[in-house]
Amino acid sequence: MGSDKGDDDRLDGREGVSRRGFLGSVVPAAVGVAVAAEAEGAPKAVPAEPVAKAGEPLKATLRVNGRVHHVLVEPRATLLSVLREELGLTGTKPGCERGECGACTVLIDGVPRYSCLTLALEASGKEVTTVEGLMNGEELGPTQRAFAEEDAFQCGYCTPGQVMAAEGLLRANPSPALDEIRLGMSGNLCRCGAYAHVFNAVAKAAELRKGR
Amino acid sequence: MAPVVGQAVPRVDGPAKASGSARYVDDLTRPGMLFGATLRSPVPRGRLLGVDRDPSFDWSGVTVVTAADVPVNVVATIERDQPVLAAGEVRHVAEPIALVACEDRLRLERALAHLTPRIEPLPAVLTIGEALEARTAIHGADNVMKRYAITKGRGRDGLTGCEVVVTGRYETGAQEHVYIEPQGMLAWWEGDDAHVVGSLQCPYYVQKGIKTVFGLADDGVDVTQATTGGGFGGKEEYPTVVALHALLLARKSGRPVKLVYGRKEDVEATTKRHPSVVEITTGCDRDGTFRAFAARVVFDGGAYVTLTPVVLSRGALHATGPYRWDDVSVEALAVATNTPPNGAFRGFGAPQTQWAVERHVDRIARTLDLDPLDLRLRNLLRSGDTTATGQLLAESVGAQRCADEATWASGYRNRRGAGPVVAGRTARGVGVACFWHGAGFTGSGERYLKGRVAVDLLPGGQARIRTASTDIGQGTETVFRQIAADALGVPMASVDFAIPSTRVVPDSGPTVASRTVMVVGSIVEAAARELAERVGREAERSGSTRAEAHERLAGTPALATCEKQYEPPPGLAWDDATYTGDAYPVFGWGCDVAEVEVDLDTFETKVTGFWTAVDVGRAIHPVLCAGQVEGGTLQAIGWALTEKLVTRGGKVLNPRMTDYIVPTSLDAPPFTTLLVEEPYSRGPGGGAKGVGELPMDGGAPAIAAAVEHATSLVLDRLPLLPEDLFEASGAARSGGGPA
Repeated sequence: MGSDKGDDDRLDGREGVSRRGFLGSVVPAAVGVAVAAEAEGAPKAVPAEPVAKAGEPLKATLRVNGRVHHVLVEPRATLLSVLREELGLTGTKPGCERGECGACTVLIDGVPRYSCLTLALEASGKEVTTVEGLMNGEELGPTQRAFAEEDAFQCGYCTPGQVMAAEGLLRANPSPALDEIRLGMSGNLCRCGAYAHVFNAVAKAAELRKGR
Repeated sequence: MAPVVGQAVPRVDGPAKASGSARYVDDLTRPGMLFGATLRSPVPRGRLLGVDRDPSFDWSGVTVVTAADVPVNVVATIERDQPVLAAGEVRHVAEPIALVACEDRLRLERALAHLTPRIEPLPAVLTIGEALEARTAIHGADNVMKRYAITKGRGRDGLTGCEVVVTGRYETGAQEHVYIEPQGMLAWWEGDDAHVVGSLQCPYYVQKGIKTVFGLADDGVDVTQATTGGGFGGKEEYPTVVALHALLLARKSGRPVKLVYGRKEDVEATTKRHPSVVEITTGCDRDGTFRAFAARVVFDGGAYVTLTPVVLSRGALHATGPYRWDDVSVEALAVATNTPPNGAFRGFGAPQTQWAVERHVDRIARTLDLDPLDLRLRNLLRSGDTTATGQLLAESVGAQRCADEATWASGYRNRRGAGPVVAGRTARGVGVACFWHGAGFTGSGERYLKGRVAVDLLPGGQARIRTASTDIGQGTETVFRQIAADALGVPMASVDFAIPSTRVVPDSGPTVASRTVMVVGSIVEAAARELAERVGREAERSGSTRAEAHERLAGTPALATCEKQYEPPPGLAWDDATYTGDAYPVFGWGCDVAEVEVDLDTFETKVTGFWTAVDVGRAIHPVLCAGQVEGGTLQAIGWALTEKLVTRGGKVLNPRMTDYIVPTSLDAPPFTTLLVEEPYSRGPGGGAKGVGELPMDGGAPAIAAAVEHATSLVLDRLPLLPEDLFEASGAARSGGGPA
């Protein structure tokens, strides 16, 4: 939000190079797990040398919700900021900008990722799905419908991220057990404490997605 | 028409929130909008000599605001001690000193980095202990901001001659709200009229702050609530500061300005739950009958007064717990420290003192070798009893029923009687806590406040509620529609809820104090009832149908609207001078049973089961009501087990969610939530009482009691981190033993 002055993890004078890609994956609960998972055989998202001058925009092709967008983005720009500010997709929410809360979760090639820890350039050429992309026209998609019907939110700010985490979980595991749901949703914080309703919503979404 | 009150109807905000189309403040823009940011103090106390701009930086297109730009440099709350921007001195780390705005967020960061406050540091007061020592005076001569005394019967003298006297000391730390949406406001000017849209609980608090600083009249200020991503008290008083800052930048730049905090900034700069130290001495009979209660309550108010006196008052009024005492003395004081002002947080002082009294009741049980539940049941308040302020509890006292239901559902007696369950290197135990929470404003608050609500009949059989009570996730928009629909005798879908904007809605009072449903909901009900009567009279007079009468009234401006003001129940009496009388119109009651599993090697505590019974009078919407109870309880669990704000030199060392740990989906225990209904005769929908804060009160002491049952370790300071248990276990082994 441009106001975290003096953040200790800002890379002064090295704009255009970021460590954020290391932590971008929505691996539940433990950041340590995320780092390990990314370190092995992960795509080499972080270039060794700056590929552009600070502030110089580069071309990127983003496929978002089935539509192709050709955008000019600064190398430092996160997928979160480009979705919200360039493409106007404000359903994806900033809550911490450090991969802590999960409000910004989107799917990249079907896998839940924190868009605040993903550079827009990293997502170039991949299939990005946001909460807006789950709609069936004007109707809620099955996962969204399950969240609305199960009152699986209070303030709703974390909800788009919760919905996307649930969608990703169900794509990987169409019939999760309660323990799998609890673990699968643990990368998304809900301070209102609607977790029990979220679990019910995910179970219901699993049914709705099977057309029941 | 089948009534909708009492039914779990779908939430009205479901589709917007599940689709991502609900608009929060950071989702909004205006043409020509700038982004704003805040320069903050790096030190807890010092003389502010100036703000230096680096001349080598290109300041074109950057707006800078300092105290010199503020017309009246006061954040208007209770006192007038807090400046909008620091002038001459800084009193806490992260205190706002200057503001910047420009078009580009990256340039904004750089501009901020080229702005340096010149500060000569002064000695700071950072803890309650240092404040009480008063070697450095930062507020008066003794650092005391506010003092209350509550006396019943013989007061402290009642201890004399008691068969068993028990003394203990209990502490709690700060707690951060961690609403997932950070603070934010979008502001602009139209001529001399100020406009803000943002994340807030109390539109009229913000309006008051703006009027004071810019010298505007009511109609020169428009404050509108955006969809708000959680508040929990954190968006009660603080949003006024954000709104003022955004407006100052907008005024100087001539452009709309959006000011949204980053997470780290939000944790470092905004309010927290007041840290507390409570010392209690009680006297009772050998059979456990409570006689005398004496307590000294000290809260850390932080650098400015803000709402501290009110928080302290509620803390003091709940200090005795939900128990009968013949003689009471409560001395409560709030002290100033050079830390960010502590403020409103769900529970508003009551969780701190009820942590203390519930731990103390367990201490009495230990001393007398009585079961903690039996001791509580013997002394719980009943109808006809009087509280510490002499308030006669005439109705709706569900304390006993809650205790019965929670302990029965949890099998507490069997689990407790069987002793801790040790399996391998884990131990399980159960604990119980009883609690109460006054609903609505304290004392004469509602009488002064005169909350107002309007309901309008609209064409097409529609109606609209206009209230400044905001929905911040609790479900106000849904519940108020239920109340109005039943009172009007129309389907819920015919009732709209106006966006809370001070130009549209009357001042219903703030969205705080568990007053929304009980107090403001009762005004909604009264206004809707009066309209229903008007419709009935018109139908009778003209011999037409109610639907036709509705249309006729809706087309007659003088008759289409009913605006009502809150009428306090007759007979309520409160004396601010002596702190005696009816502290609240009515109380909510509760009992929590927690089951925990403690890892005997790592001392991690996991809540494995939680049973809660709460007397809410009447649940207008049982699912939303239970949701409030479970959400509040989970915040209590976080406060009990993981949420520790670590500071050094007045600076927060863990201003992020990676090291300030709030409960995740894996930490949420299975909840059994039992809604007990002892209707309150003046409550809407057939007797509803407040529920928002009640569940914050019991979780922590129930968990500490369960940890004690599991491990025999007695902990009287929150939170209960593994290292605290480890330390206590070391003390126990080395023979020091828990106190």
